[in-house]
Amino acid sequence: MDMILDIATWVLLLAGSVLLLITGFGLLRLPDLYTRIHAGGMADTLATFLIFVGLSFQSGFSLVSVKLLLVIVFIFFTSPTASYALAQASFVAGLKPKLDGFGARERAKEDA
Amino acid sequence: MLKTISLFLVLMAVWLLLSGHYTPLITGFGVASCLLSALIAYRMDVIDHEGHPIYLGPRIISYWGWLVVEIFKANVDVAKCVLFPKQYLRPSMFTVTASQKSDLGRVIYANSITLTPGTVTVDLDDDQVMVHSLTEDSAEGVKSGDMDRRVTKVMKET
Repeated sequence: MDMILDIATWVLLLAGSVLLLITGFGLLRLPDLYTRIHAGGMADTLATFLIFVGLSFQSGFSLVSVKLLLVIVFIFFTSPTASYALAQASFVAGLKPKLDGFGARERAKEDA
Repeated sequence: MLKTISLFLVLMAVWLLLSGHYTPLITGFGVASCLLSALIAYRMDVIDHEGHPIYLGPRIISYWGWLVVEIFKANVDVAKCVLFPKQYLRPSMFTVTASQKSDLGRVIYANSITLTPGTVTVDLDDDQVMVHSLTEDSAEGVKSGDMDRRVTKVMKET
């Protein structure tokens, strides 16, 4: 039983870490602020979810796992507010989103 | 008054879950602080349907379940987009109309859009929600209005 829980924790933590790695990669790679917010959103949602669920497997059925799950709930409540504040502030400040993605730029090159 | 009592019960439940020390003295402190908080909230008149939305109850729990599944799918989409931007990256910006009547419903809708990776609410003006989306699929997901209908159902404002 402990073995199965350990393996489940391993899988969840690794999946969460891979997602965090992709998030960091996306933060560097995507073209502008608005698209980078999307990449940051992955760290706020699924990566946190997987890591905390994996940790709560290790703590078993106790008050500690309740606290871990409450952390997930509070992050899910607050992170969209932070993302919205960031997006709204840059929109009000007049930052225009780059709407020509990689694909559109590729097409423009073909046209030229 | 009923809402003040239910606020006290919710505070007490959270306190008991978070504390873990159940000696009479510590629990007494917990009861006292929860009572004081509920009383202050009652005096400040902040316990209304927005500040203490307990009436959403079971409906919002089932909505959260649906939302978590959506977040899973959206995360996979965004991860694909980061790894293969040439194929998937098509940023767009558009406006959708929120069908909720109350401010709380609109906030739940706008926050749900932001919480799903691939779509971010940029501006919320009355019932017009401006959304920035990362891929064509995520833009379609918001435009189809599935989430909008579900939030309206949670708020019972059909």
